[in-house]
Amino acid sequence: MGSIFNLQQIVNGLQLGSIYALIALGYTMVYGIVRLINFAHGDFYMVGAYAAYGVFYLFNAFIGGGAPTAFIVLILAMAAGGAIATLANQIAYKPLRYKPKMSSLVTALGVSMFLEYFFSAFPLIGANPRGFPDLLPKVIYQVGPAAISNYFIIDVVVAAVLMAGLTLLIQRTRLGRAMRAVSQDKDASKLMGINVENIITWTFLIGGIFAGAAGLLAGMTYPRIDPYMGILPGLKAFIAAVLGGIGNVPGAMLGAYIMGLAETFANAWNSLLGAGIAFIILIIVLLVRPTGILGEKLADKI
Amino acid sequence: MSTLLSIQGMSHYFGGLKAVSNFNFDIPEGVIYGLIGPNGSGKTTTFNLITGIYTPTEGKVIFNDNDVTGLKSYRIVQRGIARTFQNLRIFGDLSVLDNIRIARHFNFKAGLFGSFCRTPRALKEEKRIREEAMQLLEVMHLQNRANEVAKNLPYGELRRVEIARALATGPKLILLDEPAAGMNPKEVSDLMTLIQRIRDEFKVTVFLIEHHMKVVMGICEYIKVLDFGETIAEGLPEAVGKDPKVLEAYLGKGGA
Amino acid sequence: MGNLKLPRFTIAAVLFYVVIQALSLTGALNGYFMIIINMSLIYVILTVSLNLINGITGQFSLGHMGFAAVGAYVSGTITTLILKLSPDIAANYPIFILAIIAGGLCAAVVGLVIGFPSLRLKGDYLAIMTLGFGEIIRIILNNIDYVGGPRGLLGIPKFSNFTIIYVFTFLTVVLLRNLIQSSHGRAMLALRENEVAAELVGVDTTRYKVLGFIIGAFFSGIAGGLLAHLLQIAHPTQYGFYASALLLVYVYAGGMGSITGSIIAAFILTFLTQFLQLGLDSLTNLTGVTFGSEWKMVIYAVLIILIMLYRTEGLMGMKEAKILKIEEEKK
Repeated sequence: MGSIFNLQQIVNGLQLGSIYALIALGYTMVYGIVRLINFAHGDFYMVGAYAAYGVFYLFNAFIGGGAPTAFIVLILAMAAGGAIATLANQIAYKPLRYKPKMSSLVTALGVSMFLEYFFSAFPLIGANPRGFPDLLPKVIYQVGPAAISNYFIIDVVVAAVLMAGLTLLIQRTRLGRAMRAVSQDKDASKLMGINVENIITWTFLIGGIFAGAAGLLAGMTYPRIDPYMGILPGLKAFIAAVLGGIGNVPGAMLGAYIMGLAETFANAWNSLLGAGIAFIILIIVLLVRPTGILGEKLADKI
Repeated sequence: MSTLLSIQGMSHYFGGLKAVSNFNFDIPEGVIYGLIGPNGSGKTTTFNLITGIYTPTEGKVIFNDNDVTGLKSYRIVQRGIARTFQNLRIFGDLSVLDNIRIARHFNFKAGLFGSFCRTPRALKEEKRIREEAMQLLEVMHLQNRANEVAKNLPYGELRRVEIARALATGPKLILLDEPAAGMNPKEVSDLMTLIQRIRDEFKVTVFLIEHHMKVVMGICEYIKVLDFGETIAEGLPEAVGKDPKVLEAYLGKGGA
Repeated sequence: MGNLKLPRFTIAAVLFYVVIQALSLTGALNGYFMIIINMSLIYVILTVSLNLINGITGQFSLGHMGFAAVGAYVSGTITTLILKLSPDIAANYPIFILAIIAGGLCAAVVGLVIGFPSLRLKGDYLAIMTLGFGEIIRIILNNIDYVGGPRGLLGIPKFSNFTIIYVFTFLTVVLLRNLIQSSHGRAMLALRENEVAAELVGVDTTRYKVLGFIIGAFFSGIAGGLLAHLLQIAHPTQYGFYASALLLVYVYAGGMGSITGSIIAAFILTFLTQFLQLGLDSLTNLTGVTFGSEWKMVIYAVLIILIMLYRTEGLMGMKEAKILKIEEEKK
């Protein structure tokens, strides 16, 4: 039992956690602002991955182009994620903003289904998984018993940079303050002159950008992409956000790394446990402490 | 007059925030008892504590000589305490008749099997509940609205529906939470008559939260005044109306 | 007085059965058409039972196919075992009926298990929890080798036929209609409308929430069993999250809270699925470009988004056709 907690697993877990963190942040920010579980968020991640792949497909020269081109591809993936998120918000979520929440939830399901099956059905894309080409040559470092690749470093560093950037944005900028205000009290924010719809759009945009980045990192690290690749990671990232406290940004980061590590260890022990651990965590959290590790209770006024 | 409801040493805290503090009072049977005080003074919280929506941090609620503290709301209702809400909680998409019938459900004497199979017993019970509900609607002059979808009714009628629904549970004590809110003067007069009928014809004791001073001074036999979760005055209306502490709490606020 | 309407629906149902059965026996309706009708009927059961949980009781269950999976696997295991012992299919119809009901009961137990955590959760949290449970059921079934694991439970005997499926569907509709239009049904509706108010008029909301899940799960299990014995296979992927999501489309399209709507939607959408498939196949043949079956799902996804944006109440809203209403309204 002790052998599964070795350095290699920890490394793998942190790598996975970094990707989950980027996805989980989008979920948690959107929930914090509009109290919506955006089921389609995992599919924004998929779109980001495909956007990056599409770039390779169209511009073969990028392969093996080294760090600068990798960086450009990352930006493009982030842009694609942001774009699709903003689009979904404008078309499908905004019109239902002030209607009963069930409508928005079901619509989010619809958007998710649409993205997955459209990418699957569209002849140029198709349902078959595609191998992601090597953006950068893979280098493996031996650190004691563990094999750590440069991809691990990239994943963690990119995630860390983005998370740091988000934290700065939320704490230090006007936009960030407005986002915090809106997530606490929409009506009061309106009265204070904040354009709530704008802030919501920004939130979706940022969440989508992060999802797109995660898509690229995942495509690069686990080099297989398919239109349904967003379903499970999306679900698990969402559970991670719930674990950390839905609506809470540091909570999402914390929950994601816990999830990444837990899943890696569970998988090492037993593949059935690995498949189910996320849902077991979900059920436990919902039953024991639905507000999550860092979350607060949202009270009901009678 | 026997005591119907007895609150003993009741305090309630939300986290560190004191909502209600060391309440002790008795409501005798057959009266109209008023509860007044500025917004946020703990009036609705008191109602919530009595009806089991919250369990008091300290203290007891004794109803009809039975300790009902901490019981689930539906049990308290089944024992004979009904209430209405400050913000109407009508079953909007259902008919007015259905709103009333649901309040008779806990008296339904046929089980699930009876409903699934429409046994003679179940059908008899359905008929009985329908008749009882229609009777009540007639008494409240709402029989013409029986089949209308509730959310389509005007506000004043909806308030009557909610009172009718509470009465349909067959209570001995009814808690009315700001029943006159949003009403015009004629509606207020009709409401005052209705509340007196509830006491006299239905034989139901009334515990009433109101801001409308005309209502409070007009029909209440006893009044309790709250401020910041504590009682600052209680007794007969004339005395309370002149109490300097009460006037200070309201800063001169009078009838609507 | 109230009894006048019941025979009317029964008469209509019997007529429909006789007509379809006659057309089928004379060959006017071929086997393919009958399969679609059978699927439609099974989807009626699934849709109506989900409607009880989501539309009537106002809970949000996103794992409804999980219950069907339990029914499918339990009944399928029973019949495949029995057939090994006594291979005469004709003689074993009574066992089949019992197996279906056993599947429903097992599903009901699962419904009870899911019902309790649901008490503490509302809205989106409840949706996610039911989703999680549905996935757990699928993962467990995927990993039990005794029932086939990832290959699924194969070789289930084909006990399901039009008559049996029709009878189960008819009973489901009538029983649920009776429940919903009874005092108990109104208690469930009150739960949906305003839970606090329901509790404050004496309705034991805990009891009715759990009951909604148990009853909905039971009928879903029945449907699962019938389906497994029609397709002769039960496979974990048939009962995953997307199958449950598709059921949601059915319920919303028909109208949350309307049995009539669910029946109509189940038929229309099941037929639509087939026509769409035929259309896609024709397009593929005509143009040489492969139009895969995923396009059907794309269309359904667009459909559900359009319904949510422009007609949330679906076809019937919460209304019931006169033929299914027990009560006469005295104006």
